[in-house]
Amino acid sequence: MAEREQKRRNAPSRTETVVEEEPAPPSPRGEKLKADLDDLLDEIDEVLEDNAEEFVRNYVQKGGQ
Amino acid sequence: MAIPKVCGIETEYGIHAAGPDANPVTASSVLVNAYASEVDRRTGWDFEDETPEKDARGYAREGAMPPMVETHLANTVLTNGARYYVDHAHPEYSTPECIDPLELVCHDKAGEEIIRRSMVAASNLPTSPVVIAYKNNSDGKGNSYGCHENYLMDRSVPFANVVAGVIPHFVTRQIFAGAGKVGTETTSFGGEQVRYQISQRAEFFEEMVGLETTLKRPIVNTRDEPHADPKRFRRLHVIVGDANLAEVATFLKVGTTSIVLAMIEDDMMPAKELTLADPVRAMHYVSADLSLSRALRAADGSTITALEIQWEIFAAARRYAKERGLDVIGDEAVGEMVLDRWEGVLHGLETDPSTLVQQIDWVAKRNLIEAYRDRHGCNWDDHRLAALDLQYHDLRPERSLFARLSMERLVSDEAVAEAVTEPPKRTRAWFRGRCLARWPNAVVTANWDSLVFDLGTDPLRRVPMMDPLKGTAEHTASLLEACENPTELLDRLSS
Repeated sequence: MAEREQKRRNAPSRTETVVEEEPAPPSPRGEKLKADLDDLLDEIDEVLEDNAEEFVRNYVQKGGQ
Repeated sequence: MAIPKVCGIETEYGIHAAGPDANPVTASSVLVNAYASEVDRRTGWDFEDETPEKDARGYAREGAMPPMVETHLANTVLTNGARYYVDHAHPEYSTPECIDPLELVCHDKAGEEIIRRSMVAASNLPTSPVVIAYKNNSDGKGNSYGCHENYLMDRSVPFANVVAGVIPHFVTRQIFAGAGKVGTETTSFGGEQVRYQISQRAEFFEEMVGLETTLKRPIVNTRDEPHADPKRFRRLHVIVGDANLAEVATFLKVGTTSIVLAMIEDDMMPAKELTLADPVRAMHYVSADLSLSRALRAADGSTITALEIQWEIFAAARRYAKERGLDVIGDEAVGEMVLDRWEGVLHGLETDPSTLVQQIDWVAKRNLIEAYRDRHGCNWDDHRLAALDLQYHDLRPERSLFARLSMERLVSDEAVAEAVTEPPKRTRAWFRGRCLARWPNAVVTANWDSLVFDLGTDPLRRVPMMDPLKGTAEHTASLLEACENPTELLDRLSS
């Protein structure tokens, strides 16, 4: 079975055991994304519905297809 | 032999109306009617051709519940060839027939824009309640509504081959096409704790093959309603998908599926090797496995992960493209783009899914929610996380969280705005849309495969369009231009 699985893989794939990898150094693009996300989190409370609990509770749909 | 993969997407939007008397059916009608009156669209839908009870297997299981056709609700046809109506207490937008996945992304986005314009139009009505639309698939309380895809297929391919070929793809494509969801709302995981899922929709599937769409949902839907010449064509009605906001996700969902279907038609899909022992359970497992490493049991006793299945299908697709080309996807270049994106996304999922944060809905939403949790230290059952989940799908520009995430675009705002009114050029949607734009008063009803004209003289005249690849701009532009009025058009068509 192991042999079979080997054969199945035709693309680079992860090792079977999970290895803790060193985090890659942050790329400029990654840094930008993180900064954008931080900005969004700074202002998200203004965007979020006032009462999250009530908002979530009141969102009830009739089932569809 | 594979035939062109004409495709479309029908989306049931979630709807919320504020106020004590709020009723989802009324609210949905308000949206559709507000938009229709704003663009002065009066052409209704023709139900002559609707036969949702027909089963592709040639029979219906006893006790099966075919969907009902509701004829009394708001229902309109637009100049871009789309249908916009109320279905099951939801506003539903069905794109026109598109020739390739990129064009379909554009028309799917045009649908969102039409819903946004509808909300604005509704808010201008004097007595209307506030109506908000969400492009998602569940309310978090066990109620789901669909985002269905449709693909043109060759009728001569045995349906059993279609079933065997699509299941491995439908179980696993969610790893890039899932829209993400906080928690679980069915008994599919038997009490197992699930904090976040890849798919909104996966846990609602209970059977492998069947006719239903609202109960006991099947992975392969057998509705046999081709909306075209039934001797030549099949329309595969796909109900497993999530409603995507990310353009890359929609593009890949449709693009990969189109290629899989072409491979099935040409007998080049590696279906047998990828047959799962229990596809329904596998679909649930894949949705709950954020590590993308869970081994699924194959029918031959071996195990395989969702990613491995996708790599296998991708490899077959590369071979297929090399041997047969991808013209059948609508355009060779778009086909190649599907393959490149597919490979890139599988590689990203395998090495570090967070690199796909601007491309894939479930990754983008998860990233946002994790960041919020980190900052506020909330538990997974915190209502604010469920609220974030919902608001990711809110279509109001000022409330949409998706809109704030700088997701990668594949189509321009200009192209989307054009698709709001203009039909695709390379399918029959062009003839439908152009006739509606030119003679809105003469076209009394329309549906996918015909138009009905009222020329002021009895009887009404029906123009059949039984081939989705005819009625294109190339076929009919000069004819339409040459006609001064619909009577002339009908005369020329019948001569």
